[in-house]
Amino acid sequence: MGSRASSLLREEDIEEIKKETGFSHSQITRLYSRFHSLDKGENGALSREDFQRIPELAINPLGDRIINAFFPEGEDQVNFRGFMRTLAHFRPVEDNEKNKDPNSGEPLNSRNNKLLFAFRLYDLDRDDKISRDELLQVLRMMVGVNISDEQLGSIADRTIQEADTNGDMSISFSEFIKVLEKVDVEQKMSIRFLH
Amino acid sequence: MGLLESPFNSLLCMLLGISFTVWFTLLLVFIVVPAIFGLSFGIRTLYMKVLLKVFEWATLRIERGAKEKKHLLYKPNTNGIIAKKPTSLEEELKEIRRNGSGRDLDGSSPTFAVSDIFYFCRRGVESIVDDEVTKRFTAEELESWNLLTRSNYNFQHISARLTALWGLGLLIRYCCLLPLRLTLAITGVTLLVVFTTIIGFLPNGRMKNFLSEKVHLMCYRICVRALTAIITYHHSENKPKNGGICVANHTSPIDVIILASDGCYAMVGQTHGGLMGIIQRSMVKACPHIWFERSEIKDRHLVAKRLSDHVEDKNKLPILIFPEGTCINNTSVMMFKKGSFEIASTIYPVAIKYDPRFGEAFWNSSKFGMVSYLLRMMSSWAIVCSVWYLPPMSRQEGEDAVQFANRVKAAIARQGGLVDLLWDGGLKRSKVKDTFKEEQQKLYSKILWDHNSSP
Repeated sequence: MGSRASSLLREEDIEEIKKETGFSHSQITRLYSRFHSLDKGENGALSREDFQRIPELAINPLGDRIINAFFPEGEDQVNFRGFMRTLAHFRPVEDNEKNKDPNSGEPLNSRNNKLLFAFRLYDLDRDDKISRDELLQVLRMMVGVNISDEQLGSIADRTIQEADTNGDMSISFSEFIKVLEKVDVEQKMSIRFLH
Repeated sequence: MGLLESPFNSLLCMLLGISFTVWFTLLLVFIVVPAIFGLSFGIRTLYMKVLLKVFEWATLRIERGAKEKKHLLYKPNTNGIIAKKPTSLEEELKEIRRNGSGRDLDGSSPTFAVSDIFYFCRRGVESIVDDEVTKRFTAEELESWNLLTRSNYNFQHISARLTALWGLGLLIRYCCLLPLRLTLAITGVTLLVVFTTIIGFLPNGRMKNFLSEKVHLMCYRICVRALTAIITYHHSENKPKNGGICVANHTSPIDVIILASDGCYAMVGQTHGGLMGIIQRSMVKACPHIWFERSEIKDRHLVAKRLSDHVEDKNKLPILIFPEGTCINNTSVMMFKKGSFEIASTIYPVAIKYDPRFGEAFWNSSKFGMVSYLLRMMSSWAIVCSVWYLPPMSRQEGEDAVQFANRVKAAIARQGGLVDLLWDGGLKRSKVKDTFKEEQQKLYSKILWDHNSSP
């Protein structure tokens, strides 16, 4: 419960996470409490089952892909640092104005990184290309059984046709960015964390 | 040595004997007798006021201690960790597409946009950070500290004075209050078993019902004092009558004691073995309760039949049911199972709200067994709660059981200041059904389809 949770998180850890992700002190402690409450096995790391226990996530058509995004390549456990790093992608961009540090490199919640997060939801094999099959897979997850294979196939073909500029029948990350250049990514891929 | 021991021993025995007698006399006068007659000396309300003052002081000390050390306190934010946008799937997709692609949207082909996943992605991560369901199955976090270790999150900020106060509190709770409460609990349960068995020998009739009522009330009132429960009943004019069904939100097994000390109910439940079984068997001798064998519970028709038979007999007491089916942490009301709403009778809704400052009443059955839960209850400061009797409701024309159940649930949630949720309390232990995901997929497909006019 609460008492054990905040005492396991040391001040140095909080400072490091603050620097890396940009979250405030109180946000980090509250998110740690949430991490701890999801961690039913009490071993300091979350497994896929821990995420699947959240009903609202289990009914999300893209639930499994989102859970995947938290786990580094080939691993089955995510610790608190990894958890925060992934959540940092969803920090609103305006919050960066307060700590403008030119040497810190691109922040995790920049427009580019948000787009990369979304790109990786499609690109399962991490080959930096969204193939027709990968697009079909995501489409099938989102529509369930309600649209036929042929129609889904034609939707996929049309989408690739519109985005593909170099003719390789797949969408690369730069093509992905171009397609979405008019979309307000900063707003759509941000969550308002309370202070 | 022998000579010195015996006068010492007899002195000790005499002292023990006197203190026991004094103890029990006080117990009898101040607690048991008022319980029998339903009166109160007002001791408990005074106790509650004193405690509140002490808690306020303790919280201020912690805050001051933290400020001195320049540390930041952990403060549970009752407004949540994030602010969620209440837009629907349809609104958001339309918004993104309008701004994004610049294509004409009323074309003749399905418009899927690569940006469609943003909505699902954000909602998914929002639910990872803060969801409506999983937090209902653990105890609520408090803003101020109530001198119980179990609910403190800022251990390192306690000063010496506060530690002393906490130590004193510990002493009072475990050495004075706990033994007293245990004695009362044992007295209450024993009296219940003994008297109901005796009454069982009487012939059925008005005398038996009258006595059974009095005995049940008396024993439950003693149990209420065993928990130092300070209960405020509102709108007693709406109390459930014979032939009706009383439904209430469920937080802990203590709910039964709280309601039954103010009125007589027929209980519904599974037969247990051991001590619970003895209590159940003797209770049913005095007045008809409804106990099911484990195998019978699965047969929904049998359950419904027994309940309707009971309800039709106007001489029998109103049935007490908790339609959530499991304990929820008293911040929300979860889905009501429709079984009890299918029976044709009046429903008397009751809302129970506990004040968490004095002791956490929620039973987290995955963390604590029944016995350790009861011990925690008896070593808290007090159980303070409010009970509201709501006006009776019946199923209206054209309303099915599920809609009726939701209507009753909304009324209870509104009165108790609880969040009204459609989620099933059974999600505590089981996975969510796939039909909900299929609904989301159907909704999204519909949005795609609407733009598709070609077959």
